[in-house]
Amino acid sequence: MKYQAFQPIFHKITRINKATCELRCNMASYDELAIINGRLAQVVKIVGDHVTLQVFSGTDGIPTDAEVIFTGKPPVLKVSTDLAGRFLNAYGKPIDNGPEVQGESLIPTGIAGIDLNNTLVTGQKIPFFADPEQPYNQVMADVALRAKADRIILGGIGLQHDDYLFYKNIFENAGAIDRIVSFINTTEDPSIERLLIPDMALTAAEYFAVDRNEKVLVLLTDLTLYCDALSIVSNNMDQISSKDNMPASLYSDLARLYEKAVQFPSGGSITIIAVTTLSGGDITHAIPDNTGYITEGQLFLRRDSEIGKTIVDPFRSLSRLKQLVIGKKTREDHPQVMNTAVRLYSDSANARTKLENGFDLNDYDKRCLSYAKEYSEKLLAIDVNVGIDDMLNTSWELFARYFKKEELTIRQDLVDKYWKN
Amino acid sequence: MTTPSIKQGKVTGIISNLVMAVSDEPVAQNEICYIGLGEEQLLGEVIKVIGKDIFIQCFESTRGMKIGNPIRFTNDMLEVTLGPGMLSKIYDGLQNDLKKFDTLFLRRGIRSDALDTESLWHFKPLAEQGQRVHAGDWLGEVIEKAIPHRIMVPFKLSGSYIIEKLVPEGSYHLNDVLAVLTNEAKEKVEVKFWQKWPVKKTLKAYSEKVRPFAMLETGVRIIDSLIPIAEGGTGFIPGPFGTGKTVLQHAISKQAAADVIIFAACGERANEIVDVFTEFPELDDPHTGGKLMERTIIIANTSNMPVAAREASVYTAMTIAEYYRNMGLKVLILADSTSRWAQALREMSNRLEELPGPDAFPMDLTAVIANFYARAGYVYLNNGKTGSITFLGTVSPSGGNLKEPVTEATKKSARCFYALSQKRADQKRYPAVDPTESYSKYLEYPEMQNYLHEHISPRWTEMVIRAKDILLRGREVYDQINILGDDGVPLNYHVQFWKAEVIDFVILQQDAFDSIDAMTPIERQRFMLEHVLQICQMEFDFKGFEEVATFFKRIINNLKQLNYSRYESEEFNKILEDQKLIINEKRIA
Ligand SMILES: Nc1ncnc2c1ncn2[C@@H]1O[C@H](COP(=O)(O)OP(=O)(O)OP(=O)(O)O)[C@@H](O)[C@H]1O
Ligand SMILES: [Mg+2]
Repeated sequence: MKYQAFQPIFHKITRINKATCELRCNMASYDELAIINGRLAQVVKIVGDHVTLQVFSGTDGIPTDAEVIFTGKPPVLKVSTDLAGRFLNAYGKPIDNGPEVQGESLIPTGIAGIDLNNTLVTGQKIPFFADPEQPYNQVMADVALRAKADRIILGGIGLQHDDYLFYKNIFENAGAIDRIVSFINTTEDPSIERLLIPDMALTAAEYFAVDRNEKVLVLLTDLTLYCDALSIVSNNMDQISSKDNMPASLYSDLARLYEKAVQFPSGGSITIIAVTTLSGGDITHAIPDNTGYITEGQLFLRRDSEIGKTIVDPFRSLSRLKQLVIGKKTREDHPQVMNTAVRLYSDSANARTKLENGFDLNDYDKRCLSYAKEYSEKLLAIDVNVGIDDMLNTSWELFARYFKKEELTIRQDLVDKYWKN
Repeated sequence: MTTPSIKQGKVTGIISNLVMAVSDEPVAQNEICYIGLGEEQLLGEVIKVIGKDIFIQCFESTRGMKIGNPIRFTNDMLEVTLGPGMLSKIYDGLQNDLKKFDTLFLRRGIRSDALDTESLWHFKPLAEQGQRVHAGDWLGEVIEKAIPHRIMVPFKLSGSYIIEKLVPEGSYHLNDVLAVLTNEAKEKVEVKFWQKWPVKKTLKAYSEKVRPFAMLETGVRIIDSLIPIAEGGTGFIPGPFGTGKTVLQHAISKQAAADVIIFAACGERANEIVDVFTEFPELDDPHTGGKLMERTIIIANTSNMPVAAREASVYTAMTIAEYYRNMGLKVLILADSTSRWAQALREMSNRLEELPGPDAFPMDLTAVIANFYARAGYVYLNNGKTGSITFLGTVSPSGGNLKEPVTEATKKSARCFYALSQKRADQKRYPAVDPTESYSKYLEYPEMQNYLHEHISPRWTEMVIRAKDILLRGREVYDQINILGDDGVPLNYHVQFWKAEVIDFVILQQDAFDSIDAMTPIERQRFMLEHVLQICQMEFDFKGFEEVATFFKRIINNLKQLNYSRYESEEFNKILEDQKLIINEKRIA
């Protein structure tokens, strides 16, 4: 890189931490990028003439006489877009009197645990909450390929190199590689650099969605590692951390990323599917907890040992935007069938507890258990790949096989129409 | 007195949205200032002063700010503009009218007028020349949407004034002078359609605040029938993510018997508030027949907007509510979520390096929340008319743990507690309000009980208590059945369990997305509660526990169909007839 002459160069570093260093200078501007001995850094604090820089690739080997060059520019090229934009462009809908406004459309994945129970739509932001050993990368890749997006942007945050190759292969084999843009930081790269990946991925997504009206799908994996990097920086800046050693601003930091998901009135959209790995399934940890409050639902994967397959857990999984499409863009019985199927599945959990406690099962318990097994196998398993009408038909078949009409508490007109004898 | 000179200062430090500055001039705590960044003027508020050092929270992104950037102090605190034309507006936390921005991306440093400066209003005087008036007294009114919007004596005035001049009935522009007031010191005050008020100061100008005594109908069965909130009361809805806080608030906003509804979307998802303003202009207000949006004001400071303005947004909402209340109106504020507001306070307190309290929240969190909730209430105005502010906030407890500081602090201030349960949400028992954990203190107020007896049914409280007991008993026997097994308990336990299930499925559960079930006016609620309690009182003859379950499932299915059908329609009556047949199969006469 060539440095322009007017960019001031400083030498005296007064303090060095793991991720940040401090120097004296009185013309730095907040958030601007700097280059310190060739490494990228950003201004994160200014107090008088003490300026603190966050060094993305880490401070190891930075000497006190390092050369510092201020670029005068913040990291995101489109300065305006990182501000409060999302509200307004979402707002564009009702006031826009221009051409026909395009609403959210359903994203079919073929996986009933998603399409039937947790339908996704364009412009949505949703993470997989998964333990590290679960096959979330595989499910994400399936979803990405079936979603028929114009553009897929992969943001690999601390991605295992093998997983990076997995994505690359699967996209190449599907002939989709020309639709894909990747920003990858692997486990071998410095951890602070991970802070840049989501911003870059989303800036690119904005370009394709706004300037080119494309349906963009952004895959971010794994945001837990992004949060870990945030906490390293904030701890280095002596900030008081809140729950689980995370910075007090974690909610806002994550919201800033996720809120870039949007359906533009012009037809372009940004859909974000992310991964947040859990430790020991603990969703009360600050990272999944804050994420859950920001995203429009979450998807849980679980191993069902009885059928020997991974399923989309119907209990904690949720898509909040499904309301926009189910029963409207899908068949009218979708909302009630979906809820009833899950409620009956939850009755089977009660029956299982009884069984474990050594009690006799009554007739209803037994029916619930058989139903649950078949429901899991035919609908919840991630290897299912069918259309939504088929999913609904299968549900009615299961209802008829195991239950009486009045056990469903579904609206009578729907029962009359769809009940399978 | 000389006119105040322009007070200047300059930036000395920046940490995220905390700006440090110095000035030779006097500055006040909470004074508003503008920080100049080239063309852009960024809004900030003084939050701490130590000697010459001034600490400012900047309401906008500080990106690009430098040491030495100029600051201009305004002498004013953060104020809102109050006047006709606020209904159906969508404001940000600083009362910018978001519809007036036409760019795709909201730029920093731009503002817009809260009211439509060109608007013309038909003014009708309500007072007379020569009359003695005080702050808040009604001088006249205009019709805003369907609401009589009173033009009031500026709240900032103290002491008494005489109306020297008052314009006759007619159409006037927003900025026209409508009245001139003078006081003993011969100071003249011009009154226009609008006035300003600092958001963090409680707006009073009423004669007294009384204990709430009337129920505020929400149309949500589990609230109105079992855990009612009072008009002028306070309540909060804590719940883990995805348990239905937002859906519940939206349901309430659609049916609540209030004149004005203010939505404060505080640090939550932008998409959800977009839902409101796309849906509400289409929906009818069940009480007036107008459109829902006409009685609604949205204050949107969603999670992607600057953190500091989040704190301002709840105060902006409250101040606007106080203004409409002083016109003698019933105002309902729905804030989603007050935890985000508390987090904004925490972020700032951390940057100021204040001594942290539990979970790093500021030490005075409880006091801040208490002061805020105290601004709700039922009041008598100086002219004897009444007005009210009912406040219902959601809380997003971290980790779903109700022992965390924001929930605990709120519990001390709010009088209704609607705990959402993860388990009920998992079972799709929506709204997932836990019927045994949740409570309404108002139900214990004798004046509230009188109101319920007069307006709903003379035996209402008795019925409510009975329904709650049945639910509690249901929960107890359920535990017993789980410990002892189906055969291990008396048959009657199964009957008790299923009677509780009837109340649960039919009264508590309500599908917010079914056009009929979603809306239950109080008359229909009275019918349903009476009806279901009658069934619960009946004696039945069962041979075994399997028969109990089969029977009650049929009853539940029948009653559910009732909930899905139009009240007192042919279909409705037919379902009731069917029900009699089912009941008579097992009933002991
Ligand atoms: N009364 C209801 N009827 C039907 N479905 C409901 C009801 N209440 C909630 N739900 C379902 O639960 C989902 C989550 O509800 P909601 O968005 O209100 O949760 P929340 O508590 O506000 O979550 P967060 O804290 O993350 O904002 C909804 O999208 C909807 O599917
Ligand atoms: Mg919500």
